[in-house]
Amino acid sequence: MTFNLHAATRRELLIASGTLFAWAYLPKVARAEGRDPRLLVIVLRGALDGLAAVAPVGDPDWLALRGDKALALDGKPPALPLDSFFALNPAMPNLHRLYKSGAATIVHATATPYRERSHFDGQDVLESGLAKPGAADTGWLNRALASLQPGDRAGSRDAFAIGPIAPLVVRGPAPVLSWTPRRLPPTGDDTVMRLMELYHHTDPILARVLEERMGLATIARAGGMDGEQPQAAGAGQVRAYFAESAGTAAKFLARADGPRIGALAFDGWDTHAAEGAMSGRLAILLGALDGAIAAIETEMKDAWRETVVAIVTEFGRTARINGTDGTDHGTATVALIAGGALKGDRVVADWPGLKLAKLHDGRDLKPTTDLRAVLKGLLKDHLRVDDAVLATKVFPDSAAVKPMTGLLQQA
Amino acid sequence: MALDPKAQAALALYRFGLGPRAGSIAGIASDPRGALLAELDGAGAGRIGNADLLTSGTAARVAFAFQQAQRAARQAERAAQQAAAPSGGASLPQMNDQSAPPPAPVPVRNPGPGMPQQIYLAEAKARIQAALGAEVGFLERLVWFWSNHFCVSADKGNVRQICGAYEREVIRANVLGRFSDMLLAAESHPAMLIYLDNARSIGPDSIAGLRQKRGLNENLAREILELHTLGVRTVYTQEDVTRFANVITGWTFVPFRQDPVRGGEFEFNPRMHQPGAQTVIGRSYPDAGMQQGRDVLAALARHPATAKHVAAKLARHFVADEPPPALVERLAKRFLATQGDLKEVTKALVAAPEAWEAPRAKLKRPGEWVVGMLRAAGITPPDIGPVMQAHNLLGEPLWRPSAPKGFADESAPWLDGLAQRLDIANQFARRVGAEADPREVFEQALAPLASSETRQAVLRAESRPQALALLFMAPEFQRR
Repeated sequence: MTFNLHAATRRELLIASGTLFAWAYLPKVARAEGRDPRLLVIVLRGALDGLAAVAPVGDPDWLALRGDKALALDGKPPALPLDSFFALNPAMPNLHRLYKSGAATIVHATATPYRERSHFDGQDVLESGLAKPGAADTGWLNRALASLQPGDRAGSRDAFAIGPIAPLVVRGPAPVLSWTPRRLPPTGDDTVMRLMELYHHTDPILARVLEERMGLATIARAGGMDGEQPQAAGAGQVRAYFAESAGTAAKFLARADGPRIGALAFDGWDTHAAEGAMSGRLAILLGALDGAIAAIETEMKDAWRETVVAIVTEFGRTARINGTDGTDHGTATVALIAGGALKGDRVVADWPGLKLAKLHDGRDLKPTTDLRAVLKGLLKDHLRVDDAVLATKVFPDSAAVKPMTGLLQQA
Repeated sequence: MALDPKAQAALALYRFGLGPRAGSIAGIASDPRGALLAELDGAGAGRIGNADLLTSGTAARVAFAFQQAQRAARQAERAAQQAAAPSGGASLPQMNDQSAPPPAPVPVRNPGPGMPQQIYLAEAKARIQAALGAEVGFLERLVWFWSNHFCVSADKGNVRQICGAYEREVIRANVLGRFSDMLLAAESHPAMLIYLDNARSIGPDSIAGLRQKRGLNENLAREILELHTLGVRTVYTQEDVTRFANVITGWTFVPFRQDPVRGGEFEFNPRMHQPGAQTVIGRSYPDAGMQQGRDVLAALARHPATAKHVAAKLARHFVADEPPPALVERLAKRFLATQGDLKEVTKALVAAPEAWEAPRAKLKRPGEWVVGMLRAAGITPPDIGPVMQAHNLLGEPLWRPSAPKGFADESAPWLDGLAQRLDIANQFARRVGAEADPREVFEQALAPLASSETRQAVLRAESRPQALALLFMAPEFQRR
């Protein structure tokens, strides 16, 4: 471990510099065959509404479930067809294009083994790779990397992370380097709105002052922002931040001597109120994510052929819309996978259905695919991580969850 | 209002201290008042035991030497440039290596912080560390209060290098001593004498005054009466100000060039002192050199108007913008009865029921809030740059008040910075989000005081950083 910027001094770095995107170098085993695979993991914090990202437009119960909030092929704007059953949110034309060209795969009705509904615990399970929440200070991506034997070509390479904090998924025994984006993530409208709501209930004076200072108009306009307000985050700021972070990660991963494994996290997906899947907040976020995917493709250049980008979230959201035009914490959701190394153009789903009796706890999309199977499949076929290691070290106690096969062009 | 023990402990930490660290609420829950009083009885209470920090005299001389060296270097550089320019060759002797080519006279750009700033930052760091390390932080809060009462500003002249030492030598040394001692120490400290222009004030009829055109400067005398002791619009007149200014002429510091060993130390210079007796607030003081000023200060420290002024200010700072009159009365009485024994006055504050009954309506000052976040999150920043930056952004730059009145004790002016607080809370939360578990921070630092709405907002946040940001912005965290 020649590079160890993060071990003892990680806290210092965080405070001093306001870090980052963390990355790790990949040992050579995987490259011994002449391959040079790249893997970038993007964590969406807050729980993405999988049904609003990828809608089951062919399910007979879909329209009844979501009503005028349901994405539809004849909607305004129309959803982008993926196959005869699923359609993609119209805010994601790049992902749609990649999907159609075989460079994207969508896994639906998937979830980690976590079945409660706390963000913190859900994120811990998602990123630690453990079956249950609990004290975790290492992530599955880092442990996968650490498990690979140093190869026969160059020395091992570190992991890489972008984001205000190196995501847990990439922290661990393998050295992690990080990069500080020039622009800090904008103070999210979501945080401001939560704070406003808290103040309205508890402290009218602070509520009034915050309203004046932040400009309530800006917050209310969260749906169609013009990005001119310096304080609340506009759509332009969100797009710019996503694209810069992801594009920079790709630049590092693309370099001949660069890292091969990276992770970053995007906040803001906890859409309890005014979700705006078609033209509001979620559409802005999905559009920004789509731009980030495009930025990765562009910056990867030739290395895109050997790239996999896995976009995952801690859990899904309620199948129905709640009383405030949003969705509450749920269970199953989607995983979006993009990259030139994929055998794409398909939605992988053991569709559970949307009838009341089919919903988990009568409210959430039922998980039918263990997200660990997907991730194990990627790690096994893309990075050549050993089965036994995957079942014990990377995702402990997951022997029963077999790695999903056939996700990549060359398994 | 009967609070449960944990809420009472949390109130003690918020209102009188610098906010909870992990374990502090539980640690003092059995006797919150006792925990506050215990801080007053610690050995060397209020002092900072850091051997690396310089006395104000040493700091002043070090900075002076630094400035002299800089000046000399600039002059040498200019001379070298002028000498080099016409001939194209260098004729400067090389001290170390005769064979080396002469270095091009490249002006040094951005050489880093100068000596005054370095000393300032070292003092600031020591102050922040004391605040983070304190068990409750009551004593630190008292130091901050009195330091603001007798404020100086680093932005004035050569105060920057000695403002930290000033706080240690004047405020910390007397924070539990007598008000009269703190008053004398403050008004005779070079930092104050420079800040409020008394170092250059010359009695018109003094030896120096008769010889040169410069004369009396009333600034310090006025602020002593208006801000430090009696209070504005009380018992003094403009004549009192002028005569008091005469009294303290000659209170200055030793010139550096004149005395390299004692340069920058306080001295009474009789050649600048206005001769003759002076009447200040109805009492005549014979000219006894420096003793004349000591006598006026002692009388001011004993004056009932001073007791009332100080009592009201203490109560306003710690308890309420409009402090309960009964509390002010109680503190003023104690002040007079004990000849301004600040430890006794402080104990009276802790003992007063009004001090605990007032609603938690005051907004924490920026410094309290920033330190409170660090304490709650259990973070000791290795570099105080961001902490200083936060103070600046929030309008409370350390030791740099915009006027001698110091930073406001009332809440209203600080409300303006609420949006900046949100930005800072966000950035801080994002930086420590991986280190601090918001649920743990909430339980340890806020739970006994938190409304159910706040609890919900924190625990249901979409990410740890967001949870921490909401926690730090919660009314219960910001108010005390």
